[in-house]
Amino acid sequence: MPKIKVENLTKIFGRQPSRALPLVKQGKTKQEIVKETGLTLGVNQASFEVHAGEIFVIMGLSGSGKSTLVRLLNRLIEPTEGKILIDGTDIVSMNTEQLQEARRKKLSMVFQKFALFPHRTVLENAEYGLEVQNIPKAEREAKARESLALVGLGGWENSYPDQLSGGMQQRVGLARALANDPDVLLMDEAFSALDPLIRKDMQDELLELQSTMQKTIIFITHDLDEALKIGDRIALMKDGAIVQIGSPEEIMTNPANEYVERFVEDVDRSKVLSAENVMKRAETITLDKGPRVALQLMRDRGVSSLYVVDRKKTLLGVLTADAVNGAKQEGKTLEDVLRTEVPTVGPQTLLNELFDLVAFSDIPVAVIGEQNRLLGVIVKGAVLGGLAGKVNHENPLPVDEEGQVNKE
Amino acid sequence: MSQLIPKLPLDEWVETIVDGLDEHLGFLFDAISTGIGGTVDLFNWILTGLPFWLIIILFTLLAYRAGKWTIALFTFIGLLLIQNLGYWEHSMETLALVLTAGLISVVIGIPVGIWCAKNDSVQKIVTPLLDFMQTMPAFVYLIPAIFFFGLGKVPGVIASVIFAMPPTIRLTNLGIRQVPADLIEASDAFGSTYWQKLMKVQLPIAKTTMMAGINQSIMLALSMVVIASMIGAKGLGADVYRAVTQIKIGEGFEAGLAIVIMAILLDRITQSVGKRKKA
Repeated sequence: MPKIKVENLTKIFGRQPSRALPLVKQGKTKQEIVKETGLTLGVNQASFEVHAGEIFVIMGLSGSGKSTLVRLLNRLIEPTEGKILIDGTDIVSMNTEQLQEARRKKLSMVFQKFALFPHRTVLENAEYGLEVQNIPKAEREAKARESLALVGLGGWENSYPDQLSGGMQQRVGLARALANDPDVLLMDEAFSALDPLIRKDMQDELLELQSTMQKTIIFITHDLDEALKIGDRIALMKDGAIVQIGSPEEIMTNPANEYVERFVEDVDRSKVLSAENVMKRAETITLDKGPRVALQLMRDRGVSSLYVVDRKKTLLGVLTADAVNGAKQEGKTLEDVLRTEVPTVGPQTLLNELFDLVAFSDIPVAVIGEQNRLLGVIVKGAVLGGLAGKVNHENPLPVDEEGQVNKE
Repeated sequence: MSQLIPKLPLDEWVETIVDGLDEHLGFLFDAISTGIGGTVDLFNWILTGLPFWLIIILFTLLAYRAGKWTIALFTFIGLLLIQNLGYWEHSMETLALVLTAGLISVVIGIPVGIWCAKNDSVQKIVTPLLDFMQTMPAFVYLIPAIFFFGLGKVPGVIASVIFAMPPTIRLTNLGIRQVPADLIEASDAFGSTYWQKLMKVQLPIAKTTMMAGINQSIMLALSMVVIASMIGAKGLGADVYRAVTQIKIGEGFEAGLAIVIMAILLDRITQSVGKRKKA
């Protein structure tokens, strides 16, 4: 069962919002609805599932409804229609007490502008979520200290928020959210107000924390680089509707429509695409062949080198045209002129780590998988092609942990 | 010019209403009168019962604790001057009236202010009432006050409360409404109840603004005591009033100065209460 399951979640702002519902269901756009009824469609029939331990990024430009969507999840904004199932329980149908209980135990939130209480110390801020549950002072203080230590703020307990830098303030925000040990963390543009270097640090730290905490995180951002970096999966929003959901690579390589395509156009592809996205099929030969066969093969395929593999496709080395020519004239076997020092990379290596290797190698770089199995080769042109947006779709799609292919 | 529409008998209506109230709610007015009178007497008993030097020391310490040493020094010299001029007892009577009016303004004003902040319709009803209370010439309140409560300190306090309460209500309302929306969201998102949100977030953050309102209420109450002396409230106001009617410039100046000293003292002390905490 997914941790969070959202079904047809809709929010319409304005008086008597339900009168616009039929229009929403007819598939009218936000613009058409505001023209006909004067009502604003905030979120348009959003449906998605989030699995336990996943970082699910909701991305969109300002006004796309992403901040509204995250506030619907803990009902800071009341949904007009739809269901939000967390562990199978519907948040939307809860009464006030049940909702308070869910907010206290299951859902915590981190805010864009930190939203720290200025009249409380760092420690008292971190305690807040426990304090409203009437947990005894000693216990909540211990938990809050633990949580502050986790985000690297040990020693700052008695400072006030305005004495801290932006990055540190958001750590307090994170510590406050983690102190009551929620299952689900809602992060609304949590790092957007920080300057770029601090933001990068916070992203790294979040990923590190997440590797031990395994929370279910819903992360809102307008920054595609951030989404690609921290998201296990990304949902792209436009005009209140979810346009595409997929892994970072799927969004990059297979944009669902023109909007997504434009969105991902400017992204630094070298940080997203990996070796397997740009590699070509390797021209291979086995060692039982002779030099003449090798030369003929090179001529046929128009290449100046051949990778040598065994029957299990294990990489043994490489043969260059010069070496094979020499072998033919001197009567040597292919094995005698085999070059075993070959530049290799793994299939998940990011493009930006490949530049040096590819640029200074006189032969194509080999991409090898488990047990040295040769998967493909990377030539200079392929890297450039990848940067320009030309991606190999014939390649196997990325595989997730369970070994299933992520195909939408 | 002859009137096309006969004059509305608004004056007669108001009098009828006031008569009716007096007839049917007399017991209520008696109770209020006893309550207010008792409070004023209690303050008076404490302030005039204790020796003046003890009061001066207490106020100086209070001023020192609440603010800077300069305010403490001012308090010390100012109160000594009042004693020296011979206005000690009247000043304490005035202080008792102001403290009672201030206390009632806060006790009624803060809950009403909170209610206004939480409920837009309440705000819409209360705001014009406050405008009315503040702009209607203060003398006018004295008439029904006398009618219901007779002459003396009680109608004086009531008129002062009506005149002085609006800033407390307004600034409590404003202070709570000005609490940043993301802090309210944060408070809600962590599962706070209505009262937890109010007590742990809204009131502490609104405190500075609310204290400004309370400060204004106390200052207005003090300014009202001169007017209240016209209906027999004792204290410095009576001295000023007498000096005015008998054109005694010197006496008027002395009594006026005593009021100014009391005003500055009350103002500085209440102001610094709002600013305290967090050095």
